[in-house]
Amino acid sequence: MSEKDLHKTENTAAAERVRNVKTFLPRVDIYETKEALFLIADMPGTDDKSVDVELEKNVLTITGRVNIDEAKERSIVYSEYEIGDYERTFTLSDEIDREKIFATVKDGVLRLELPKAEKVKPKKIAVKAA
Amino acid sequence: MFTPNLWRFRGFPDAAPEILRLQREMNRLFSNVEQRPTQDYPAVNIWESMESAVVAAELPGIDADKIAIEVTGDILTLSGTTKINALKEGETYLRQERIQGSFNRKIQLSFPVDTQKVEARYEKGVLSITLPRLKENLPKKIKIN
Repeated sequence: MSEKDLHKTENTAAAERVRNVKTFLPRVDIYETKEALFLIADMPGTDDKSVDVELEKNVLTITGRVNIDEAKERSIVYSEYEIGDYERTFTLSDEIDREKIFATVKDGVLRLELPKAEKVKPKKIAVKAA
Repeated sequence: MFTPNLWRFRGFPDAAPEILRLQREMNRLFSNVEQRPTQDYPAVNIWESMESAVVAAELPGIDADKIAIEVTGDILTLSGTTKINALKEGETYLRQERIQGSFNRKIQLSFPVDTQKVEARYEKGVLSITLPRLKENLPKKIKIN
């Protein structure tokens, strides 16, 4: 893994934001099975209420809001990561069945299941003796 | 190799991420080794007051009971394993950016900790540990006669 991947990447939000916080690109894993694509995004500090998944035409946008509640009586003495919102967009192909996308958030990890449309699922064709 | 010293940043904490970045860049420039120095995992933020410190670490998607937190003196050790997503046959990764595997990290605080009163909380993928300072170590007020 390269050095860049290990660090949070700052993101320039596509839409103008009201909140005056930085946005970051969440790190994602995407893997493919026969039936679906799975997208897993690390978004520490978010839960099911603060994550939004939006699909517009073929653009899938995931956003996560993180509450910044800094302890006032303490001052920060060392910092390796910054706190901010998350946003990332993906383009879906026609392979995906848009009606059946399923999302869950647990422990700051968003898990998206993107089932493939019936017509593109691999089919086995029976070979008959002629 | 320049190694990070936690307390070098005392006094100008806002500049710390930028300094760390600069430091990595310097290490990269001066090392002839192909392999780049990797950032310690998990990334931590530390807040402090006179009586206690709070260490926060971003550890998304981990089983809370799989995180081992140990404190000895002024050293905090975090170790554990992130969930490894084993793919079945016929499944392939199209993109893999998340960090998987085991980690072990030692963090030195600026004072010895009262190990009996350490509290840890894991919420929304963020681990935060409150470490109270040892009573005997608290600064004493000295009266001027």
